[in-house]
Amino acid sequence: MKTYSIRLAAVAAACALPALLGPSPARAQNLTGAGATFPYPIYSKWFDVYHEKTGIQINYQSIGSGAGIQQVKAGTVDFGASDAALSNERLKEMPRRVLHFPTVGGAVALAYNLPGFNGTLKLTPELVTAIYMGTITTWNDKQIAAANAGATMPAAPILPIHRSDGSGTTNIFTTYLSLVNPQWKELVGANTSVSWPAGVGGKGNEGVAGLVRQTPGGIGYVELAYAKQNQLPVAQVRNKAGNFVQPSLASTTAAVDAAAAALAKDVRAPIANSIAPQAYPICGLTYLLVYQDQKDPARARALANFIDWAIHDGQALAEGLDYARLPESVVKVNEANLHKLTAGGKPLMAAE
Amino acid sequence: MSRRFALAAPVPGPLARGSRPARAGWLPRADDLYHALLASLAGLVFAVVALILFETARGAAPSISAFGWKFLTSTAWDPVAERFGALPYLYGTVVSSALALALALPLGLGTAIFLAELAPPRLGNAVAFLVELLASIPSIVYGIWGVFVLAPWLRTALEPWLIAHLGFLPLFQGFPFGIGMINAGIVLAVMVSPTLISLSREILLSLPRSLRESALALGATRAESIGVMIDAARPGLLGAAILGLGRALGETMAVTMVIGNTNRISASLLAPGATMASVIANEFTEATGTLYLSALIEIALVLFALTVVVNALARLLVYAATGSRRDIAGAA
Repeated sequence: MKTYSIRLAAVAAACALPALLGPSPARAQNLTGAGATFPYPIYSKWFDVYHEKTGIQINYQSIGSGAGIQQVKAGTVDFGASDAALSNERLKEMPRRVLHFPTVGGAVALAYNLPGFNGTLKLTPELVTAIYMGTITTWNDKQIAAANAGATMPAAPILPIHRSDGSGTTNIFTTYLSLVNPQWKELVGANTSVSWPAGVGGKGNEGVAGLVRQTPGGIGYVELAYAKQNQLPVAQVRNKAGNFVQPSLASTTAAVDAAAAALAKDVRAPIANSIAPQAYPICGLTYLLVYQDQKDPARARALANFIDWAIHDGQALAEGLDYARLPESVVKVNEANLHKLTAGGKPLMAAE
Repeated sequence: MSRRFALAAPVPGPLARGSRPARAGWLPRADDLYHALLASLAGLVFAVVALILFETARGAAPSISAFGWKFLTSTAWDPVAERFGALPYLYGTVVSSALALALALPLGLGTAIFLAELAPPRLGNAVAFLVELLASIPSIVYGIWGVFVLAPWLRTALEPWLIAHLGFLPLFQGFPFGIGMINAGIVLAVMVSPTLISLSREILLSLPRSLRESALALGATRAESIGVMIDAARPGLLGAAILGLGRALGETMAVTMVIGNTNRISASLLAPGATMASVIANEFTEATGTLYLSALIEIALVLFALTVVVNALARLLVYAATGSRRDIAGAA
């Protein structure tokens, strides 16, 4: 029922758009995609610029990674977008072989509201876990004071704030916590939504940020770009090398670059908790999900051209929006995967 | 009063069914067509409800077969381990709605009685207009009000006071964060009040004038005559309260913004919680995996069942309160 109506809507949209736009230049193919909200700012920028450049309209619905994966499975979209790479089991559930195309990297920042505290909050992985586990409940706790030597911490209760809706941001954050803390991995785990042991939930980045702003003593995780645009104070987190690192474009890029070798083997390799000395530890890549064998050659070619553009020229646009660009090695893997794309069994990009 | 008795028993006459003349020829009469048309429209309502029930039950099937009745008693909601239970959401829905009704009933009834019985008609109409305006405010606006206006006030004024003076009760223990069950209850009460006020006012206004006049004629004071009116309107008022409760049970957006969204059951009204509608709104888009999706659909089924139970209870209450006085109860 759901699939049917969405398919109907997609068909209707595909039929109606050219009619509305009138005769479009060079019989432009319109593509549809659905999925992750985390990279939506950069994706909408890309689609906009790409439309100006080529006349190809890409309809993207930021309905969430989970829903994006469902749409790919149902075959109602040309591409899906997800912040979580598909596990081997999930890949097997797909009707045909699906390729992952990482597009950009992003960081998740811990925004906080501590009246009377000047300076930048420093957190260790143990502290982040303990706060979200609910085992540390006040800001003047000895362990927090130890990490923030020299600063006086207010005696306010801590309110850990998480996303109430399922989200790729949560997936990146909980993946990180699972990597640094075996207890978290066992009790809570990593997913787009988890069973939170403590705290309250806000809907969307804006919901979390709103709660942080509203609640003295609140701390919440949001996308780096979101925290920056809204000028929220964010915590430095100690990375694997032992340095307290501010979340930033540079420190995210450092994490992506450090994982280049692992990513060249498998683009799904996690980039969080990097060993690089300047890398911010809480970050991840976001992916486009595309069937290796496409049905319609014309649409498939348009899609392949777009991805090709996004992983090359499009990368320059990423940094303006605080997303980390892909390292050269990952671009190479993407290029190789683009050449694997076929339509009805015939290679798409053989001529290039 | 006499009107009521006249309508109580159907009068056999030329218009009553069963006594119409035999059909002339094979052409269906316009009356029959009209009857069939209206009957099919009414039947459509049943069809829609049946379809909703069928589709939700079908979607919930994997979850029903995996968890059985334990779904209703389990407090686990763990998408990672794929263990799901609805109890925290059931609890949150019932508590937040009950709190809302407890706050809204005195406010709503008091306003309605004032508007219908005591206020000058022009003032009554003006206030009634404003109340109906309140009912048309989108729920997200109420939610934003809850987060940005109500929450700071709760955090700095009401909740510290409750903790200091009533903190010995488990109901008022914990930290004053401003977000949680009490916030959701107040926001819901504000949202439910317009429904309560305008329905109750209409019901009171629809009572026959003779009722008040006879009370006054028998020497009742003004307060006593209002008591008589309320007594006569009781089934209708009960119905209004149930309609308000229905809105509170299903309200999604505003509650999601202020309730705190955790699946822990806490005795304290200051603690965060979650409702069935809010968990569906929160998690449906990102639900990956068949069982997860199915568990969310089963929550919808439970919410559907809860609404049916509440409405059935309301009907029973109305019958119990009215006995054979069906005319006024019809307003419910």
